[in-house]
Amino acid sequence: MNSQFTPGVAPERLSPEDLSKNFGDLHAPLTPHEAAVAADRCYFCHDAPCITACPTDIDIPLFIRQISTGTPQAAAKTIFDQNILGGMCARVCPTEDLCEQACVRELAEGKPVEIGRLQRFATDGLMENDSHPYDRATPTGKTVAVVGAGPAGLSCAHRLAMLGHDVTIYDARAKAGGLNEYGIAAYKSTDDFAAREVAWLTSIGGITIEVGKAVGDNLSIDTIASDFDAVFFGVGLGGVNALGIAGDDTDGVSDAVSFIEDLRQTTDLTALPVGRNVVVIGGGMTAVDAAVQSKLLGAEQVTIAYRRGREAMSASRFEQDLAASFGVKLMFNVKPNAIHGNGAAAEIELEYTKLSDTKLVGTGETFRIPADQVFRAIGQTLTMDGGLKLEGGKIAVDDAGRTSRAGIWAGGDCATGGDDLTVTAVAEGRDAAMNINATLAGDA
Amino acid sequence: MADLTTDFLGIKSPNPFWLASAPPTDKEYNVRRAFEAGWGGVVWKTLGSEGPPIVNVNGPRYGVVHGADRRVLGLNNIELITDRDLFQNLDEIKRVKADYPDRAIIVSLMVPCEEEAWKAILPLVEDTGADGIELNFGCPHGMAERGMGSAVGQVPEYIEMVTRWCKQYYSKPVIVKLTPNITDIRQPAAAAKRGGADAVSLINTINSIISVDLDQMSPVPTIGGKGSHGGYCGPAVKPIAMNMVAEIARSPETAGLPISGIGGITTWRDCAEYIALGCGNVQVCTAAMTYGFKVVEEMISGLSQWMDEKGHTSIQDFMGSAIPNIVDWQHLDLNYIAKASINQDDCISCGRCYAACEDTSHQAIAMSPDRKFSVIDEECVACNLCVEVCPVENCITMVELEPGTVDARTGKVVVNDYANWTTHPNNPSATAAE
Repeated sequence: MNSQFTPGVAPERLSPEDLSKNFGDLHAPLTPHEAAVAADRCYFCHDAPCITACPTDIDIPLFIRQISTGTPQAAAKTIFDQNILGGMCARVCPTEDLCEQACVRELAEGKPVEIGRLQRFATDGLMENDSHPYDRATPTGKTVAVVGAGPAGLSCAHRLAMLGHDVTIYDARAKAGGLNEYGIAAYKSTDDFAAREVAWLTSIGGITIEVGKAVGDNLSIDTIASDFDAVFFGVGLGGVNALGIAGDDTDGVSDAVSFIEDLRQTTDLTALPVGRNVVVIGGGMTAVDAAVQSKLLGAEQVTIAYRRGREAMSASRFEQDLAASFGVKLMFNVKPNAIHGNGAAAEIELEYTKLSDTKLVGTGETFRIPADQVFRAIGQTLTMDGGLKLEGGKIAVDDAGRTSRAGIWAGGDCATGGDDLTVTAVAEGRDAAMNINATLAGDA
Repeated sequence: MADLTTDFLGIKSPNPFWLASAPPTDKEYNVRRAFEAGWGGVVWKTLGSEGPPIVNVNGPRYGVVHGADRRVLGLNNIELITDRDLFQNLDEIKRVKADYPDRAIIVSLMVPCEEEAWKAILPLVEDTGADGIELNFGCPHGMAERGMGSAVGQVPEYIEMVTRWCKQYYSKPVIVKLTPNITDIRQPAAAAKRGGADAVSLINTINSIISVDLDQMSPVPTIGGKGSHGGYCGPAVKPIAMNMVAEIARSPETAGLPISGIGGITTWRDCAEYIALGCGNVQVCTAAMTYGFKVVEEMISGLSQWMDEKGHTSIQDFMGSAIPNIVDWQHLDLNYIAKASINQDDCISCGRCYAACEDTSHQAIAMSPDRKFSVIDEECVACNLCVEVCPVENCITMVELEPGTVDARTGKVVVNDYANWTTHPNNPSATAAE
């Protein structure tokens, strides 16, 4: 067996027991008692700020009151009415930037109501019942193709199925779920939750999922556009930005999303190699997820190198502190200049940065730190535009999710509008479904 | 530091906090623990006549109304008087009193409404050396069905009669404990006074069904699928009890009759309020049953600190101080005008004041798009609802309008003249000003 101090990139740095412990639930689910205590703290605000802060507009005070009055199943229904992926969102939402930041008790005491954990309490309870709370409307005879089985596509498909349409979801990967399945830190979605959620969601009926179908590969946009009454695109961002520096293609340099994907899909964490000295380039949630998980796999030194200051980092302060609590070092105002190594990465050369007017420039002061493994996490790009009109590198959509081509809607990370968050994708998928429904009914 | 020593009917105790006649005072073990914890006195759990002791149910006897975080707001019980042998109780009382001569021990009694029954038990109690007796005319369940407890307390003539017997056959102070399950508390209090009572204590518990078990379709606590009404106590009953105390304190017929205040006393502040309404001491039960005997430490330290801050050196300094300020509604000053004022620095923007005012009151709070809440003086009648629903204490306050300013709601200048309903022009019965 290797150890944290084994040089290079190596598997088995920690024992199976330690790995299993490290990759358990980040936050244990609330017990009924904990949920009761947490729910009692909600003030049932008027026109509550937490609802406004939620991209899916979940009636948070209502669901919390339903928990506190002993009807958590009703609470779950309140959540799912707005957000059918409320279970995953309860795990991955940056609540500290959304509902919990808006909670009046955050202002009052610096301790918001634990909305995310209460949402998980409610949704887990209903999902564990193995029943689906929605019935489908009378069949409309209309068919809709959803391209991409990620949060946006699943949300859209469920709503359409509920409204009586027949939905076929196409996904390029081997499994449905999108980033929920492949792109989120393992400790946020334990026990195969993403797959269980897809199974539960599709149990409403009327949804067929075809995996291994990629647009431009074995799926033609024109064909599905003519075969179906409507098409929704939720294909996400498949490409990863390159660092564009010397050594970018050295062994040991890879995309953070690939690393996270390997980690999520592996059945044996001990077999997964990780560097002794890991450097993650970037400042988003993906950077934090990759860094923390490197540490949990047994890397000795893990550094996040971000080119701007802390305040500009898109990972929340909560995520930053979480990384720091695992021993990840956060470096700000540094950019990579080159990756050095004889055949494989050994060191990364970083340069301090400063703002010159509005442009970020190097100060000229450089330094090197050990780096057997370097992860790129500097943003993802659209790889499939389907000939649709783009805007800022994304598929241009209006408020209803309509693209430049009639009959085709889009939402989630691949489309304009909103932050690249699971919850935002769910909202966009749902809203597009409503507009598709209205359009198919001749009301829009 | 303030002297908390209390002299109630000549009975001295180191502080005004007595434990009420209830489960905490049922036996020597508990009472010794209570005295070690610092309680000033106890009213020993009610004794019945010599003979086979009563029996209690063997199922649950308590039920509770909970507030947020399962705080006990109201407690309901169906327990009866002591179910232990009379002579065992008497022996224990004697022993404990001998060991704690500085603490007050009062013996609560409930025997049938027959002179012989009282004549029999009183000498036995006298012999214990206890400081006085309390007549349990209040217990609303079980014993009342047998013609005792509140069945007596609801008939003023019986109260007077039994009290007279007790004064005849017992040499020490007699306290009459009143039931609140009655329309006008002044009647039984006056009856007790006529019978020669040295004091009244109130309230006993209120008839209650605490909740219904929706599976068994039975009141809680449920005994084999059935429930019975119980007696309600705890913080929830304090307002009811204080009103009754005040009624007795300000009624000409009973004014000056010593009162031992009972009902929801949980903190030092509750005690101070009861004393301000004329009580000579207070009795506590639910707080002890919820938190244990140690809770008296906070009561003692809090009352002491407050008295020091106010310059009160003894309980007598503020006893009854609030009584002159309790008036009938018709004597409230209708020229007193106030408006709600929201402190924007303290506001956490929950909007509860807005929801309450907009939906259920006077539409006197405005909400801006960025969730700033402000009072609309033109609509505000100073009802105080916003103050009370605001989660942040003192964030919203009622501010009196100075005489000479204009009330934006009525357009009238605020005047400095006291004027009440009795002379108001809208009152058909108003006496015209001369």
